[in-house]
Amino acid sequence: MERFQYTRARTVPEAIGIAAQSTTAQQSAPIRFVAGGTTLVDLMKLDVERPTRLVDINHLGLNAIERTADGGLKVGALVRNSALAQDPAVMRDYRVLSEALLSGASAQLRNVATTSGNLLQRTRCMYFRNTAMACNKREPGSGCSAIGGENRTLAILGTSSQCIATNPSDMNVALAALEATVHLQGTKGTRAIAFQDFHLLPGDTPNRETVLEPGDLVTHVTLPPPRSGTTSRYLKLRDRASYEFALASAAVVVEVAGGRFRYVRLAMGGIGTKPWRMTAAEQALTGAPVDEATIRQAATLALRDARPQSQNGFKVELATRCLAHALRLATGMASV
Amino acid sequence: MSRARESSRAPGAPEAPKVIGGKLPRIDGPLKVSGRAVYTSDVSLDGMLYAVPVPSTIASGRIVSIDAAAARKLAGVRAVYYRGNLRPFFRSAPPQGFSGLIDEKRPPFEDDVVRYYGQYVAVAVAQTMEQAKAAADAVRVRYAADAHNVEPHLATEKPFRTESERGNADAAFQSAPVKIDQTYVTPTEVHNPIELHATVAAWEGDRVTLYETSQAIMNHREVLYQMLGVPKENVRVVSHFLGSGFGGKLWPWTHSILAAGVAREVGAPVKLVVSRQSMFQTVGHRPRTQQRFRIGAGHDGKLLSLHHEYLNQTSILDDYGEDCGEATPFMYSVPNVRVISALAHRNIGTPTAMRGPGAVPGLFAMESAMDELAIALNIDPIELRRRNEPQQDESSKLPFSSRHLVECMQVGAEKFGWARRDARVGAMKRDGLTIGWGMAACSWGAMRSDAQASVEIARDGTVTVTTATQDVGTGTYTVLALVAAEATGISLDKIDVRLGDTSLPPGPISGGSWVTASVIPAVSNAARVAVRSLLTMSTTGPNAPFAGAKFEDLQFANGRVSRKRDPSTGVPIGEVLARANARAAVGDGQSSTTLGGEESKKYSLHSYGAQFAEVSWQPETARLRVSRFVSVIDAGRMLNPKPARNQIEGAVVMGIGMALFEEARYDKRYGAPINSNLADYIVSTNADAPPIDVTFLDHPDPVLNEFGARGVGEIGLAGTAAAITAAVYHATGVRVRELPVRIEDLLRG
Ligand SMILES: Cc1cc2nc3c(=O)[nH]c(=O)nc-3n(C[C@H](O)[C@H](O)[C@H](O)COP(=O)(O)OP(=O)(O)OC[C@H]3O[C@@H](n4cnc5c(N)ncnc54)[C@H](O)[C@@H]3O)c2cc1C
Repeated sequence: MERFQYTRARTVPEAIGIAAQSTTAQQSAPIRFVAGGTTLVDLMKLDVERPTRLVDINHLGLNAIERTADGGLKVGALVRNSALAQDPAVMRDYRVLSEALLSGASAQLRNVATTSGNLLQRTRCMYFRNTAMACNKREPGSGCSAIGGENRTLAILGTSSQCIATNPSDMNVALAALEATVHLQGTKGTRAIAFQDFHLLPGDTPNRETVLEPGDLVTHVTLPPPRSGTTSRYLKLRDRASYEFALASAAVVVEVAGGRFRYVRLAMGGIGTKPWRMTAAEQALTGAPVDEATIRQAATLALRDARPQSQNGFKVELATRCLAHALRLATGMASV
Repeated sequence: MSRARESSRAPGAPEAPKVIGGKLPRIDGPLKVSGRAVYTSDVSLDGMLYAVPVPSTIASGRIVSIDAAAARKLAGVRAVYYRGNLRPFFRSAPPQGFSGLIDEKRPPFEDDVVRYYGQYVAVAVAQTMEQAKAAADAVRVRYAADAHNVEPHLATEKPFRTESERGNADAAFQSAPVKIDQTYVTPTEVHNPIELHATVAAWEGDRVTLYETSQAIMNHREVLYQMLGVPKENVRVVSHFLGSGFGGKLWPWTHSILAAGVAREVGAPVKLVVSRQSMFQTVGHRPRTQQRFRIGAGHDGKLLSLHHEYLNQTSILDDYGEDCGEATPFMYSVPNVRVISALAHRNIGTPTAMRGPGAVPGLFAMESAMDELAIALNIDPIELRRRNEPQQDESSKLPFSSRHLVECMQVGAEKFGWARRDARVGAMKRDGLTIGWGMAACSWGAMRSDAQASVEIARDGTVTVTTATQDVGTGTYTVLALVAAEATGISLDKIDVRLGDTSLPPGPISGGSWVTASVIPAVSNAARVAVRSLLTMSTTGPNAPFAGAKFEDLQFANGRVSRKRDPSTGVPIGEVLARANARAAVGDGQSSTTLGGEESKKYSLHSYGAQFAEVSWQPETARLRVSRFVSVIDAGRMLNPKPARNQIEGAVVMGIGMALFEEARYDKRYGAPINSNLADYIVSTNADAPPIDVTFLDHPDPVLNEFGARGVGEIGLAGTAAAITAAVYHATGVRVRELPVRIEDLLRG
């Protein structure tokens, strides 16, 4: 672990001002915000993250869950994962988000982890977390050890020749399906970023994971108003029953009328280099009858572009089944 | 150390029923749950420094240079040692019996060759743990790397070695009407006790005290005095409490020698705690095994032949053999048997015994093959085993001291509801899920090793039991207190057990599930001798209360010596001792090993059990969970069923991990165990642990000791994975012969 300076920010502008001194807002940045610290401090102990300055944002407020004017929900950046998962409005109107949060980590971690920290949590790729091994995300240009290595848990969608690391967050998958918006405040004012545009594909710069610029602070996330008549579910598949990241997960938001899908939003986790929206499958389902054949076809279509690695070919099949079953659960075709 | 720390009993610990076979909670429980039990890494000494080793980042090659200049300049750093600037260590002489054992025999820094990833190449010493870690990270090592080999597929390097043979297995297999011929693989498994390995070394002149995470302190001393080159009596090893070991803490590892050497050099006590990552590299593991198992059988299910050919990985320098064929020769009645073994050397850390070494992977193969045979024959798997129940140990031709395997299976079948089984694959459903049932038999050797113990009865009526064994967390403190209470008639709350210190009378290793069987005779003998010494003091000497009385006419009960005819003549212990001007009545006792002893020449000594697993399976998502488990164990008489049950439950949970999750993966390019942490090396969580029904048959085995007790630390893991994979087959139709069962496999179901 490197030496670092710790500052407790008292106001949002102060926090932004300090962080803006960074040359980059990406994860190798020397000045970093710390929220729950469950990702950042962990990686600092492993020497994977080596900031020289930490700005503690835990005292900025930003921890409320409020109704927005349009009837949606505004979730402060520092709302803890457990609080968000157990919020009555979330449990009622955005069940998929509650389920996704509760499927992640452990009760202890969820009590500390925050919305913005979860949004920005880093990959669990074993080579990223091991400084003795090459990783383009950690050390640009050093190579990708995961390609041709132990890549069973890694991505099959959105990969590049430089990086195949999965975005590990469960929450992000739900937010993608709910079409959330990420709100930032930086030196030039505030910005609102559609969830889909917030995370970047690795391409040739896997070290650059989001659109954040130096100084940008995530202040809150908003959810659009709940659509009446929709059901939403999160299904997570993994080796053991608890306390493990997803091998494949699916967040589905559907509205069914007259035996047909009227509204469909699908996103998947554990398989993409970023939280993955399944737009082709959404289109295929919309207007189609709610039956086994349709669901299977759509799920197969969703994984059409998958590019597996040496050890994770099974994820194509697993993810297909995961999405199909999440749809069965959401439409009442299955109960377990 | 204060008496309170060393002693097993927490002040205010509840007094519990004093009967053997009762359900006594651990007497050290209150110390542990309140954080007052001092574990090795809790030991803190004045002026203590911290050592952090530098692990190699290649798996094979030579060290070209080590540059510690930058590391030495860091704050708090006292020294950086490596080959050349640290006094060299000796190798210890080959072991004699269970003394002097060490698996990784090469002392640290013996040469400049790296033979596995993570091998210690240097060590930094600083005032704080963090400073030492920073210094270790700052040491620059240059290597000349050679090609390494961590290939998982195992091939023989030399002809197989014959472990056991009878009849003509080849001919019998050739002509057998029904044949099973399959290869079973178990992966590298890592013990991963929650307590990290640690050593605190403190020298005073040329004497050293080593606070150790050791399951075998006497052995530890035996090895360490030799490696350090000091007289044996100058080494004291202390291990009061252990956060388990599962065999990984039986024999000394390089960090212990390193800590002792560094402390000597730097002239201050040194603490070295092994990192979780290093626990995958430098403190042993259960090696990968590859076992071809062949069965020849008649249509009636009678076994005609067994072939068990197995290989295991070992390290470059050490020949660790995983004794997979241990149970094969005696488990069933079969005239023709051939058990052969071989090793495959790899650039990996040295393997070691892990809970149920040999038998656990071996029984996975044998019991899986038996299940496959039952299916091939369309015979119920319990019935198949019953038909092959032997009348004696057919390999040694000795009678079993006590064997109740058939009863285990019967009782288990009843508890489990086996009669309701529909044997067709995927035929059983519940709550929208497919249910699979499987069972396996198991065994584990019963043994006793040498042990000595002392018992003192003091004037205040308290009893102190001492022996240099250790409590891995399994309840040794408690069981010895029970035995002493039983033998002296003094209530449990007055009994203090002291373990884990080589200055006490030599006790056995905490391995092989022997401790209980070994040490209880020594303790009960010692207690009886102490009582006799009390009676002697009552009858002889000028002030003896019963001067002139005959020894046989006296009794010791309820803390008083009295005439048997007239209990009202009772004199309290304190008074007897005071009149004799003695501080205490003392007794020494011992027990001798069964190895090569009388019993092992007359009897085949083993525990048995039957494991029943239920899995629930969701075909749509390939999701599989163990939903129920029944374990019936025949391990002699249970002295304290509560911790015994706890051992079996823990082993079943570990068995679920073995069956479904655990595997250390070596990256072929780096040669490193890559998932070397508890997030990527998947073990069972609470959510994976189903209701577990444990039954002990409780038939005493009088051959092993007067209480008829055998150990239960390992047998719960034996057969468990085979029962689960049998259930997986029953639910899904997928037979997994290479553990762990993965979602990949299940997607085929
Ligand atoms: C053992 C373990 C198991 C886990 N299992 C799961 C799991 O199954 N599923 C799952 O989804 N997650 C899992 N997690 C991850 C966990 O959800 C994240 O660690 C957590 O959500 C991060 O939140 P935090 O507040 O602690 O983030 P921090 O560690 O404080 O921050 C994370 C990153 O976000 C940045 N950051 C934080 N807040 C802001 C802000 N407002 N603006 C700009 N940048 C910001 C920080 O600089 C840092 O780069 C697990 C974690 C652990 C340790």
